[in-house]
Formats: sequence, C-alpha cells, structure tokens
Amino acid sequence: MNQVNQSLLEVLKAKLGLAEDAIRYDFGELTITLSAQDLYQHMTQLRDTPGLLFSQNLDVCGVDYAEHPLRDHLPGRFAVVYHLLSTKLNHRLRVKVFCVDDEQPVVPSVVEIWAGANWFEREAFDLFGIVFDGHPDLRRLLTDYGFVGHPLRKDFPVSGHVEMRYDPIEKRVVYQPVTIEPREIVPRVIREDSYGDV
Amino acid sequence: MAEIKNYTMNFGPQHPAAHGVLRLVLELDGEVIERIDPHIGLLHRGTEKLAEHKTFLQSVPYMDRLDYVSMMCNEHAYVMAIEKLLDVEVPIRAQYIRVMFDEITRILNHLLWLGAHALDVGAMTVFLYCFREREDLMDCYEAVSGARLHSAYYRPGGVYRDLPDSMPQYEASKFRNQKDINRLNENRQGSLLDFIEHFTNHFLGKVDEYETLLTDNRIWKQRTVGIGVVSPDRAAALGFTGPMLRGSGVAWDLRKKQPYDAYDLVDFDVPVGTNGDCYDRYLVRIEEMRQSNRIIKQCIDWLRGNPGPVITANTKVAPPSREDMKGNMEDLIHHFKLFTEGMHVPPGETYCAVEAPKGEFGIYLVSDGANKPYRLKIRAPGFAHLSAIDEMTKGHMISDLVAIIGTQDVVFGEIDR
Repeated sequence: MNQVNQSLLEVLKAKLGLAEDAIRYDFGELTITLSAQDLYQHMTQLRDTPGLLFSQNLDVCGVDYAEHPLRDHLPGRFAVVYHLLSTKLNHRLRVKVFCVDDEQPVVPSVVEIWAGANWFEREAFDLFGIVFDGHPDLRRLLTDYGFVGHPLRKDFPVSGHVEMRYDPIEKRVVYQPVTIEPREIVPRVIREDSYGDV
Repeated sequence: MAEIKNYTMNFGPQHPAAHGVLRLVLELDGEVIERIDPHIGLLHRGTEKLAEHKTFLQSVPYMDRLDYVSMMCNEHAYVMAIEKLLDVEVPIRAQYIRVMFDEITRILNHLLWLGAHALDVGAMTVFLYCFREREDLMDCYEAVSGARLHSAYYRPGGVYRDLPDSMPQYEASKFRNQKDINRLNENRQGSLLDFIEHFTNHFLGKVDEYETLLTDNRIWKQRTVGIGVVSPDRAAALGFTGPMLRGSGVAWDLRKKQPYDAYDLVDFDVPVGTNGDCYDRYLVRIEEMRQSNRIIKQCIDWLRGNPGPVITANTKVAPPSREDMKGNMEDLIHHFKLFTEGMHVPPGETYCAVEAPKGEFGIYLVSDGANKPYRLKIRAPGFAHLSAIDEMTKGHMISDLVAIIGTQDVVFGEIDR
C-alpha cells in the first residue's frame, strides 16, 4: 500500500470507527463498506474531516449482485457504489452501501452533501429501482417516458419487454411485446483457476 | 393591466444549438430563464447492459460510440481497467502511442467544440477553419486503424498494431487534376510520424488564427465574459472535471496528478482560469490544444528512436502474431480461444479514469472471473456537467443558454450511454 492510501486509511479508521472487514484494499484502490443507516453522517464526515476532504463525488452507481458467484456472502442484492475524489489531498475512495431490503432497496440520498450526485442518483433509481431517501426530485432519467421496469437489473432481458413501431392503420406509434428471439452467441463461462495452464 | 405570468418553453430535441438530442423544458420570465429541466436519454442505447452480454474485446468498439468526438480516450479508460484487473504490462512503445493518440484526440475534440461553440454564438468562419485541421487528424486515425471515427485501436495490453510506414495517397479523379493531387500529397510522402510532425509544426500558427478571430473579438467577449460563472467550491460540489473545473481556477489534471501510461515522461503545462466563466473556459481549452501539440511532438521524437513491441506478449490477452498462429499449435489454440470465448478477467473491481478532453472519463468494472464483465459503469464527464445547467443558467437570457451549452461541450453519446 502506498503512502497516500496508508495515511488515508489511518484517518478513516480513527474518524469513522470502521471495522477491519469493512475495509478492502485491491489493485491500489481503497474500498469501504458503510451501512445505509449512518451513510449520511459518514459521508458528511468524509467531505469535511481534515485529512479526508473528499470535495468531489464523481460517480454514484448501482450494482445488482443477483447472479454474482459471491451472492450468498453479501449482505444484500443491491449495492450503491460511490467514487469519491479529493482534489486537495489527491486521493480516491470507493464507498459501497448494500441495500437492506432486496424487494424495496432504499439508501439515503447524498444530494445535500454533493449537489452533483443528483442525476447520478436519478440514474441509479431509473436503471436499478433503488430509492434514494431524501432526494429532491427522484424521477426517471435515461429511459423512455412511461417506461416500465429497471433495465440494468439482472432479471431484465437484454432485448427488453416491449418494442415500438409505427402502425399504419392506427396511424400512430404503438408498443407491442418484443418479437425478437433472445440469442447468445458467446456463452458466459467462468473457468477454474488453472484452466489452460501449460 | 394584463396579468404577467411565467411561461414554459420547449427547447430541442431538434434544435441546432442543442448539440444533438438535448431537450430542455425552460421556465421563462420574459426572456430570463427561471428554471431548466433537461430531459435526456433520447440517445440511450444501454451500453452498460450490452457490455454485460459481450466479451471484453467485443465492447471496445462500443467505447468509441460513447463520446463520439473523443473516441480513443474512451477506449483508453476501458482497456486500462481491464489491464489493471488482468495485471498485464503494457509495452512502453504502446504507452507512448496511446499518449500521442490521446492528445490527437484532445485536439480533435477541442476543434469540434471550438467550431460548434463559435457557430452557436454567431461566428461562422471558425467552424470552417477548425474542420480544415480536423481533416488531417482524422487521416491519422484512418492511417493507424482504418476508420476515421470509430477506430477500436486500443486493445487490452497495448494497441492493435504499430504505426504505419506510409500514408495513404490521394488519387487523381475527374474532379481533381494531377497538380492538385500532388499538392495534397505533399505531406504524405513519408511515414505517419512524418505526417503528424508536419501537422504539429504548423498547428500552433493555426491556433493563432482561431485566436485572432475570437480572443479579442468584441462580440465574442460580450457573449462569453461573465456568462455561466461557477465558483471553485461549487464546481467541485457539482462534480465538474476537466476544463470546466480548471476554468474555475482549480489546478486539477489527472495527467499530472495521477499520471497513467507515459504521461509522467512527457513535459506539459496545465492551464487554469480565474473567473470561471465561459470566456475562461474558452482560453483554457485553446491553451490545452497548444500543450497537446507539445506532447505530440515529444511522443514523435521518442517513437522515432525506440522501436519495439506495441502489445503484450501474453497470448491469453492479445492474439499471437500471424506467423506464430500459422506455425505453432499452441498459438493456434490461443488465437481460437481468444476470439471465440474471449479472455477471462480475474474477479475483482476497479475504477480507472483518464483525463478525457471533456473531463474525467471513468470506467468502473466489476468482474466475476467470466469472459464478460459482470457490471460496467461508465462515468461520463458531460453527464455531471449537463446536470449543472440549471444552476449555471439561472438568471441568464435564452441567448446565454446557447453559450453555456456550448461551453459545457456536451456530447450525447456519453451522457445518454
């Protein structure tokens, strides 16, 4: 672990009181896992505490772990991942929050802390159906007007459920169930560790 | 007296100043903007979903189609994320080639931005000048990858092939006689590096040309000075990166602060604005073009003197050479497996960001060890910038809105994804 991350890790442990298993260090990147209930307070600390000063929240995104091989070891199906950056101290941090309820995933909104999180949260709501509690304007963002479903969930087919066409008889655009057959040219495979070794 | 009310107006998605498919619902008080509600997603193609169903290599061309005016920078972030999880070493020559093409891409992007921004604000000539230089840079893309826009040139572990020794030539036709053709082919007699060098020797003069048209132009300054002012703190809170952040006076550039590939081996300066208005952002981008030119020159010098491999020798990641594939059973199998099943990326997650021309372009990649990504999140700089348009335009006139859309340098391929 390099110098920057080492000092960052010490401040994190001292200020946020994180358990050892909530911190991961992989590929030179620090990841911490927070619980949804004190997310807001911890995020405020991450922005304001000297030694952390994460002035920027670069990215908020959802992850659906439904088909992940480690699904059974994870505390929930949906996670929200934040990528924070401090331009003053030049360090990065990934914050991960698992939603407690798989049926109705809810996470507190951080728009009050970083105004730029607004659209990122709307996007995660749109694509994953994760509700951000306290968001000022939680509407769909990327999908079509009147869209049903959350397309980036693992149980949503890549071809979607409906397709759109112009109906010459009705003289308007109509939606109908998809007519294309699902097909997979290259199957998804996970090989064992020593596969293909000489 | 008649009752005066605010009214709502629709702007786009087919408006020429909307830079593609931006739809804005404006709430106006006379001609003053009270509130903007952008409706995006009209170009949403579900790139992230598609990537989950494609092998790692098959998604490279999708990256070109995100921000379709800075193609290679997008690819760069994506291949870097894969390389990080695979832990493969990229040959130094490939790193220099990537840096050179990143900077060519930056100039390409800024030229389009400059032309379109000036055209929106009312200066027609700049647009034509910019496209003159873009043509040469597109030819560089074409010479190296075969495509002028969607190059798919970067690969995990390096780049697809080495720089060509000759440039394609124009040929005489019934529209152009031999004399014209000879003039056009004058700078195409040598290798690609000679061609790029010829470009860099003349480009600074061209940037001066754009500046004579705009920098001290009274109308240009009236339209951009003091418009869309963002304070440094606010820019950080809104998630601004790249020229939008530097225009507000924050000296933050990933190429300097968190260098990737060969950026720590080249010399350049990072321009920073002071006022955070459209004019400062314009000056920052103009200076960035000069600095990119400087980086390209350094890369050319290095690349001339240091031949070597341009892609990793690990045949689990990159295909073996054609000769080996034909003569060696082991390599034939590797070649076949790589292009049917694809490479397997070890489980893990990473976030890799590059300083794309528009700001920080990041790829968050979650792999479960399969031949396809488990989750690919694209962090597009324009997405954060556009989300701040409401705040930036509040209290401005409709005509200023056009200048602000221009200064944000929005491209819908990356915003809608």
